Amino acid sequence: MSETKRTTIVLFSGDYDKAMAAYIIANGAAAYDHEVTIFHTFWGLNALRKAEDVTVNKGFLEKMFAKMMPKGADKMGLSKMNMAGMGPKMIKKVMKKHNAMTLPQLIEMAQEQDVKLVACTMTMDLLGLQKEELLDDIEYAGVAAYLGDAEDGNVNLFI
Amino acid sequence: MQSNKVLDAKGLACPMPIVKTRKAINELNAGDALEVHATDKGAKADLSAWAKSGGHALLKDTEEDGVLKFWIKKA
Repeated sequence: MSETKRTTIVLFSGDYDKAMAAYIIANGAAAYDHEVTIFHTFWGLNALRKAEDVTVNKGFLEKMFAKMMPKGADKMGLSKMNMAGMGPKMIKKVMKKHNAMTLPQLIEMAQEQDVKLVACTMTMDLLGLQKEELLDDIEYAGVAAYLGDAEDGNVNLFI
Repeated sequence: MQSNKVLDAKGLACPMPIVKTRKAINELNAGDALEVHATDKGAKADLSAWAKSGGHALLKDTEEDGVLKFWIKKA
């Protein structure tokens, strides 16, 4: 095998289905022995949120944002046919039937496979998300760090 | 056909067959053969592409009663 290849994905979307696609590609790329980075920005940061309540000091607007956004990968909605939360329930049932991995399982698998999960610090500030609210063992960076990975990337995606 | 190890990936959906295949092949020595059983219909295209990219040889593949079997020789 030649030198290590690299895959980078920008996860902008906070939709369950789109995040699933991103994480399936990331896990696949890791199985190709690529070095894989997922850079989470804007709504994609919600995939990294812990499901449990974390007490942190926040202003009024930040608190509103925290309330309105899904708390963790499992709470995210679908990009199509969300139907006020019915869609995700239905698709999770179908996924179970077909033995497909759930988004939280895909994220765990990605961490096991050493996929680098990065949270964009600028959008964390905008959405009022703090490190304590996000998963452990992730990295924090900005656009330059992403570009540093992406300029050597063999596969670069924006989802 | 002889193999040094058998991986049962039946019932698993994408991307698990190749994630597990990679794990299994990492535990083998160069020249060893891994036998993979899968039911995911994409497995043939996936495993052929994956083996080619890693330089491994896909020695043989069969399909019987919906079960796809592959023999991959580690590079």
